[in-house]
Formats: sequence, structure tokens, C-alpha cells
Amino acid sequence: MKNKTFLGYKRENGTAGVRNHVVILSLDDLSNAAAEGVSKLIPGTLALPHPYGRLQFGADLELFFKTLIGTGSNSNVASVIVIGIEPNWTKKIADGIKETGKPVADFSIERNGDLKTIESAARAAKKFIQKASEIKRQEIDISELIVSIKCGESDTTSGLVANPVVGKVVESLLNINATVLFGETSELTGGENIVASRMRTPELKKKFLKIFNDYLKFIEQENADLLGSQPTQGNIKGGLTTIEEKAMGNIQKIGKAQVDGVLYPAEKPVGKGLYFMDTSSAAAEAVTLFAAGGAVVHFFPTGQGNIVGNPIIPVIKLSANPLTVSTMSEHIDLDVSGVLKLEKSLDDAGKELFELLVQTASGRLTSAEALGHREFVLTKLFRSA
Amino acid sequence: MSHQFLIHDKKDNVGVAICDIKTGQKVIGVFLDDKKTIELEAKNDILLGHKISLYSVKKGEQIIKYGVPIGKTTESINLGEHVHIHNLKSERWAQ
Repeated sequence: MKNKTFLGYKRENGTAGVRNHVVILSLDDLSNAAAEGVSKLIPGTLALPHPYGRLQFGADLELFFKTLIGTGSNSNVASVIVIGIEPNWTKKIADGIKETGKPVADFSIERNGDLKTIESAARAAKKFIQKASEIKRQEIDISELIVSIKCGESDTTSGLVANPVVGKVVESLLNINATVLFGETSELTGGENIVASRMRTPELKKKFLKIFNDYLKFIEQENADLLGSQPTQGNIKGGLTTIEEKAMGNIQKIGKAQVDGVLYPAEKPVGKGLYFMDTSSAAAEAVTLFAAGGAVVHFFPTGQGNIVGNPIIPVIKLSANPLTVSTMSEHIDLDVSGVLKLEKSLDDAGKELFELLVQTASGRLTSAEALGHREFVLTKLFRSA
Repeated sequence: MSHQFLIHDKKDNVGVAICDIKTGQKVIGVFLDDKKTIELEAKNDILLGHKISLYSVKKGEQIIKYGVPIGKTTESINLGEHVHIHNLKSERWAQ
């Protein structure tokens, strides 16, 4: 691999980002209008509205806080304005993000109303975006990247080509000491023993299998038949028949790599290497959790054509399905269908994807960014009080 | 394109169509591990991405892909037939 550096943003805490967002973060559903009001007044800022943040409790509330703090702390974010209905939780999120050293300001709506809040927050946002515009991209070693991987609307071409191509790049990234996050707990069913066998230590293996088995218990408790949703209708249309087949395709994304750590949802890795994170297999939920865990770029191989994006991290899409790359070309960043036809090797396609990673990390917009895909979807563990 | 389907592993008993295949069509498959080829006649129409049986498989036997079982057949399947939800079922989450 030729490129060992990219042009990125160095943050106050030493981490590397590939985008330079000024985020207007809603604490709760009620504050979305104000957050969006600020982003309308100050073009270039990024409002992150979402439907939650009220009357959550226990583990669900903890995950909610962790995801919002993680999102604001992401190295693709230069500074953050937090807006909430009341000051306590708003401050909690702002304080959590402040630990990164980046500029954060918080505003609450009670006793102010939307209009006064929007004015004060917009004044702060104006200063933040001017300050963010002073930060220049600089040369950064690729090993400082945190890359996440998750596939979607998979079909048999994903397992044959698109996922193994990602696996090649994951192996290269790990060789140069970068960090990679993977997840999709439900979609490992049938391949869980292979993933378990890749864990570096018996403790990691135990932790992984506990997360996996807890998930199976949860499905049983709900008396649910996942066979209706896994594989999905799209998977079946694309030729995937069983969850075991889907899982075997899925795990091609980690290549032959060993796993260095097991993370809970939205948890940050503590070192370099390959980490499993317990996530949903729903695309936007998983990418949102990876971004909250610190991922700054995402690889998304697709078969039938999942079009997901994320507001703060670029999502690079590749597909080997000749129909998808011709009928949905505007969504696909890298066409790897040549490997299916044996016109190109997996290694060559891997080199192309690595090059695209460097370009994307250095500022080139992905298809999902250019098309305005900004799916920010929080994982909810159970209903609110 | 000289081939119409690919096979992940030499232990597999199914291949994956890389283009739409018609009933009666003579088709060539390539094993991804050693690039050896196999030729057979398709007994059904098989769409791009769907599986074709490389052997005759009895009811209740396992279908092997990636060198590992991916489910059990719910009826017997002949060489060259389409393998999918009508004749193959997961062994996981089974009621």
C-alpha cells in the first residue's frame, strides 16, 4: 500500500477526524425545532434532531447519554451546541463532550422559550463555525483512523466479493495498526463460533459469547420468530436463504483477523486493533453507535442496494451486484462487480477501496454525503416511563 | 464471461449464479479456492445471486456453502436445480 497518510483534522485530545462539523445537538424531541432553527440561521452547522430523550431510565437512559456524548465527542466534530428543554440533562451531555477539550456550549429552553434560545445559541454557533473554519487539514498517519464496518441489504454477491474486499482492507488497516469496529450481533448467528474462535483471549471469548447468548435469550423471551426478518425480504430476493448463510457472508468483512476487544453499544475502544461492538444489525442504528464509539469513516458493502448515510461520518459504499451498480449507481462509491466476473482480483479491488478510504478521509465526499443521507438513529433498549 | 456461477469452497454442494441462468442451459462454475471448473445443466431458471445444486441432495441433508452447513433441505434436490427457501431451511431459530 502506497498511501500511509491522509489529510485530516487533529483534535484537542490528539485524535484524528476526517470532517469538521459544528453540531447543533438536540437533547430531546422537544428541542429539535430550536436546534433546526439555529442551523437555518447559521448555514454550515449541522442540526442532529432525534425522537428521544424524555422519561428514559436505567440502561436505556445510560445508552442514550453515552450515544449523545459519544456523537458530540466524535473527532469529525469541531465543536458542539447542545440544546435541551431543561438544564440538568443538557449540562450533563455538554460536560461529557467537554472532556475532549473541544468548544461546547449549552442552552435550555425552559424560562427562555424557543426564540430567545435560538438567538443565544445562534450567536454561539456563529463564533464556533468561524473558529472551525480556521482549522486546516494536515497530514496524519492512516494508523490513527478508526474505521467501522457493517453491510446491508446483503445478497450472495456480498459474501462472494464485496465483504471479502472489505476483509482485505481490514487486514491491511490492522497490519498498519489502525482501529476497526464491527458488530451486528444478530447477523452473526451461524457464524458466532467462528467469531468466538478469533477472540485473542479466553476472557474476550467469554464476554463475546455472553453478549451473543443474552441476545438469543432476549429473542426467546419476546417469543419472536426472527426467521421472518432475518434474512430480510431483500436478502431473500438476492438469493440468501438462511441466517447461517447470511452470517457466513457477513463475517468475511473481518478477513482472517483476530479480535482485540469486545465493546458494549457506543463504548470507545481503549487501544488499537479490531473490536466487536454489540449493535443492532439495522444499518442506521449500527452506524450511529459506531460513530458514538469513535469511528470516523465507515465501509458499507451492499448487495441489493442499501442507501444509508450518517450525518457525522462518511459512509463508503461498495457493491458487486451488477444490477445494483447499474440501477443505483448514484449510491455506490466503488463498483467491485468485476471480481464476480473474475476480471479483477480481490487484492486489486482491496487496493482500490484502500485508495478510496484515503481520498474520503482527506475530504472527498461519499455518495451518501453528496445525496444528503444523514440517518441519525438512536438505539432504544426498552419503552420509556 | 466464460462462467455463469461461482463456488466458495470445494466442500460446497451449491454454487452462486453470477448472471440469470435459463432452464436447460449448460453452465460452467468456477471454484474460488483453486479456480477449477465444473460444468452442468441447469434444471430451473436461476436468477443472479441464487444458488444452483452441484449434486443430488436427499431430503433432510445439509447444504454446504463456505465449507460449512447453512441449513437442511426440506425436500430432495437434483443436480442443477434451484436451491432456496422452497427447499432449504435454517437449522437455527427453528420452532
